[in-house]
Amino acid sequence: MNSVVKAIPDGLQALGSWAVNSVWRLGLVSRFLWVTLIHSGTSFRRFGLITREIYFVGVYSLIIIIVSGLFVGFVLGLQGYNTLQKYASEQALGLLVALSLVRELGPVVTALLFAGRAGTAITAEIGLMKATEQLSAMEMMAVDPIARVVAPRFWAGVISMPLLAAIFSIVGVFGGYIVGVVLIGVDEGAFWAQMQAGVDVFDDVLNGVVKSLVFGVTVTLIALFEGYDCNPTAEGVSRATTRTVVISSLAVLALDFVLTSFMLGGW
Amino acid sequence: MGSKTLDLCAGVFVFAGIVALFMLAFKVGNLSSFSLSSDNYVLYANFENIGGLKVRAPVKSAGVVVGRIAEIRFDNKEYVARVTLSLDNRYQFPKDTFASVLTSGLLGEQYVGLDAGGDSEFLQAGETIKKTQSAVVLEKLIGQFLFNQAEGDKK
Repeated sequence: MNSVVKAIPDGLQALGSWAVNSVWRLGLVSRFLWVTLIHSGTSFRRFGLITREIYFVGVYSLIIIIVSGLFVGFVLGLQGYNTLQKYASEQALGLLVALSLVRELGPVVTALLFAGRAGTAITAEIGLMKATEQLSAMEMMAVDPIARVVAPRFWAGVISMPLLAAIFSIVGVFGGYIVGVVLIGVDEGAFWAQMQAGVDVFDDVLNGVVKSLVFGVTVTLIALFEGYDCNPTAEGVSRATTRTVVISSLAVLALDFVLTSFMLGGW
Repeated sequence: MGSKTLDLCAGVFVFAGIVALFMLAFKVGNLSSFSLSSDNYVLYANFENIGGLKVRAPVKSAGVVVGRIAEIRFDNKEYVARVTLSLDNRYQFPKDTFASVLTSGLLGEQYVGLDAGGDSEFLQAGETIKKTQSAVVLEKLIGQFLFNQAEGDKK
């Protein structure tokens, strides 16, 4: 009885501190983004820094993006054909594959893979820099670690994400084409014609690009912040890496819902 | 790896991404079917019912896309739908051209079909097409069919 009475205020206290802590961290992230944006000028003047990070963030993610895109396209082709064939409208397969990729799967799956492949790398790298006091060493030499380390990675992520999503979508459409047209034998002309008639450049393609840009900012920011903010120990870095994947995946899925409802609402 | 190779790889990646974006716009999307030139002219057509016609739907003649729907408004004086057609300058149509709202396929998108008449004078920009046919509304068609059946039974 006594322990139950004691558990209630303890639980309330934990809940309260969790809520306050979350809001506090949100404020910290916003301030972190603001500082990063202010210090971006230097990294744009030294564009080589950004190119280097684009290489590590974008080029290294290419293999996983292309392979996943291809298989997602294969599966969409198979599943789509299976369902559309019931309504004798398998010509619409191209439209189905392209719309699902351009609108949803391209940006979302790319962002999730990007968080797993590039986000964790960023967090672990910055976390280790902090743990081995490289960031403090930079400050000692009057080099701002935000301008030298954080801002180039931020812009590399923001630039890479829409490009990766576009590559994912194109490879996926190609995968759907292989399964639908080459293997199953859907009419090739109808496949492309229905796709081009149904996919709108502004409503679908541009909205997909906007989504992937937003996801790029979100995932990169979370990865950078978790790395910069981690406890400078081995355990702290591993926890920060895990948090990067969990938080950025949840953020991407939640943001996707919000963005989709805006876009379908016709803004 | 030297910084030159690294820059090259990053450049190739960015280039591939931009190519993919353009392919999405042109090959997957419908950007290529927009007429990029601004030499269009405008015609109007009043329909009693446009069904599911949407802005930017194609205007076809003999199956060829000759323009797009620019605007759809409701005319509150005559209680009809006033559709603005933006047509390519290369195509001229006679005065007695017939405009109708058609559907491509059984469940496809709706478009405006133009059937050229035999008049020797052409429609000028800003003119209104006189002869129009509304979209086929399935419920009305079924209603008519049932009505005719009932009439037939009486006889």
